[in-house]
Amino acid sequence: MKQKKIFQFIIAACFIIFNTSAAQNFDDLKEDDNCVSCHSDMEIMPEGFLPDNIHMQKGLSCSGCHGGDPATDDMEISMSEDNGFIGVPDRADIPGMCGKCHSNIEFMRTFRPQIQTDQVSQYFTSMHGIKLKEGDENVAECASCHTAHSILPAKDPRSTIYPVNIPETCNKCHGDQELMSNYNIEATQYKEYSKSVHGIALLENKDAGAPACNDCHGNHGAMPPEITSISHVCGTCHVNNMNLFESSDMAKGFSQLDYHACEQCHGYHNIQEPGDFMIGDNEESVCTDCHFEDDEGMQVAVSIKNILTDFVSVYDTAEAKLHTVQVKGMNDLEIEYLLKEARQKLIESRTAIHSFDPAKVKEISKAGVELTQKAIKDADSEMDEYYTRREGFIFASVALLVFGIAIFLRIRLISKDKG
Amino acid sequence: MNSFLDSKTFNWLDSRYNLDPIKKLILHKKVPVHKHTIWYYMGGVTLFLFMIQVFTGILLLMYYQPGESSAFESVRLIVTKVKFGWLIRNLHSWSANLMIFFAFVHMFSVFFTKAYEKPRELTWVSGFLLLVLGMAFGFSGYLLPWNELAFFATKVGTDIVGAVPFVGEELKLVLRGGQDVTGATLSRFFGIHAAILPAIFTLILIFHLLMVQRQGMSEPEFFKKLPENKKKYISFLPDFALRDFLLWLIVFYFLIFLALFFQWDLGLKADALAPAPQGIKPEWYFMFMFQSLKLLPPHIWFIEGETFGVLFFTFAGLVWMLVPFIKLKSEKFQKRNVIIITGIVVVAFIVGMTIYGYLE
Repeated sequence: MKQKKIFQFIIAACFIIFNTSAAQNFDDLKEDDNCVSCHSDMEIMPEGFLPDNIHMQKGLSCSGCHGGDPATDDMEISMSEDNGFIGVPDRADIPGMCGKCHSNIEFMRTFRPQIQTDQVSQYFTSMHGIKLKEGDENVAECASCHTAHSILPAKDPRSTIYPVNIPETCNKCHGDQELMSNYNIEATQYKEYSKSVHGIALLENKDAGAPACNDCHGNHGAMPPEITSISHVCGTCHVNNMNLFESSDMAKGFSQLDYHACEQCHGYHNIQEPGDFMIGDNEESVCTDCHFEDDEGMQVAVSIKNILTDFVSVYDTAEAKLHTVQVKGMNDLEIEYLLKEARQKLIESRTAIHSFDPAKVKEISKAGVELTQKAIKDADSEMDEYYTRREGFIFASVALLVFGIAIFLRIRLISKDKG
Repeated sequence: MNSFLDSKTFNWLDSRYNLDPIKKLILHKKVPVHKHTIWYYMGGVTLFLFMIQVFTGILLLMYYQPGESSAFESVRLIVTKVKFGWLIRNLHSWSANLMIFFAFVHMFSVFFTKAYEKPRELTWVSGFLLLVLGMAFGFSGYLLPWNELAFFATKVGTDIVGAVPFVGEELKLVLRGGQDVTGATLSRFFGIHAAILPAIFTLILIFHLLMVQRQGMSEPEFFKKLPENKKKYISFLPDFALRDFLLWLIVFYFLIFLALFFQWDLGLKADALAPAPQGIKPEWYFMFMFQSLKLLPPHIWFIEGETFGVLFFTFAGLVWMLVPFIKLKSEKFQKRNVIIITGIVVVAFIVGMTIYGYLE
């Protein structure tokens, strides 16, 4: 068995090495590879074929997946079963076909030492893979997301799996209402996501670091997250929020009531930019969904809200003063530094909301307010200095007046002398 | 003054370099006294403000660092950390504006008293060139702090240069050092402001001053017609010079007042990707041209409105510069004092358009 694998690897490696030299350029390939030369001459290249797709770049031509013998121009021979020609593969066979190379670590590591080779095994744990195994050929397989003939690495902005393009790729199926109705799934995820804080960052601002579908649902092992894992999904990025929430009394309450952790207040696909308006007893507050006037939870919410409002108010004042100091050209370095620290404390205070403990929020915000007040004091003293400069005018006036009078008297004296 | 001429130092120099012309200037230069004598002081005030510009400019040069990532920071350093750096920058900025103002006053006083007429044609031409160079100083210096307003004002200003027919686009490219206002533009403007313009300006200024000393003060027509015993003069040294100095002191006092009570903002650092801030306006001495260009229709005949405007101002500037060489043959025109009326119209246009620009 082991020997067979080594043999497969050597054959594949030779194939790649041979083809790499020959297929650096698609035009060269047209001359050397009879699949490419005939199909392009007859203009029957597959739809969406990209000459510089990753396989072509690495020297894997048509026969690498479809089998056959590209060395002969006799169609009967080159596309014969004897030469391993499989034609268009069945959808159910595609993961296995890709897995021949992509699950082979000895082979794949020749391209990249840290490369992943568990895609196929992960895939069969996903809802897509489970359904495919059950014989459902409507579900996504490798080519549904990666395409068949224009596969590009995830870092290539043209790729269907480039972060910014992923929501669109998923939406090809998940936005199809008719298809999704077979699985009792809504087809509105993309629409909702694109208006969310994550969607705006990724799709509008092209921030490739913002989460796309796969960041929460997984890639090859895509599954809807379970209730228990939701905070871990969000906590992958929002670590502090997760830790605070999980150690809070609220988490226990949520668990008893089968509430969906983060999702309960923030939603999921349509997560909006959070703000202080979300807490307290105001109309937009999410606390009012469960808590009522004067219950203990609402008192906590109002108390936290007041701490934040006070902090924000003093912080805004300091920022306005900093702006004036900067525009006037006074020394703003220390003030800016203080406000950066205060800003961090404001973020930390907002994060501390997830502890649902006013004392914890107060402790952090108190430090922030102190920093902000120091910044205000410094800004005021800078502006005082700005206006104090005018006092110098008194000295200039006296000096210049004395000098001026002296000259004036001299002029008069000369005029008198001259009669 | 005579004691200076008798001094050992002067004699030592005189015996070697023949200082007769200077002696003559000191002993014999006279300044006519009449109802328009006040205008004789305007040129001196402009010169004094130029000297302040040179002095404060050299001090600023010690800390200023041109460059996209250092210009704003170095100006911030000057106004925040360097001792009295804020005062020097304020003096430099205010003095620049006052210099242009007094140069305008000087030019129009010469125009209305017809002091540009023979034999002072070249003094007028060189004076006009100095005003144009002074405005170029202002335009190039405005960008140097690399703040938001300066950045966008330079963008608009260089766009206007692009409207010059045939060579405009190339001229704009040369000024900007590329398609857009970038660090390359800043380097060029710094070079223009701190090296090229001072060199040319100094040469023309020397020529201008030599002409003034060589030909003496111009006497207005009515003064020339007075009988000799009615003509009143004061000596240039020390009488006129002391009065001149007293005026310089008053102007300096006013300059300090402006520098202390109306300090120039540092602004926010220029950001090419940020939207243009509200209220971008050129400096006041460009406002009349800017406002006129804004009011022009998109097309005048077959020419673009902006191009027409630029051509008009270029042509008008040339005519203004060559005014001493324009001879009015018709006596009818001379009687009506066409030149004076034209001057009044020009002043009214400049003042009117400037006010309109600021009120809009």
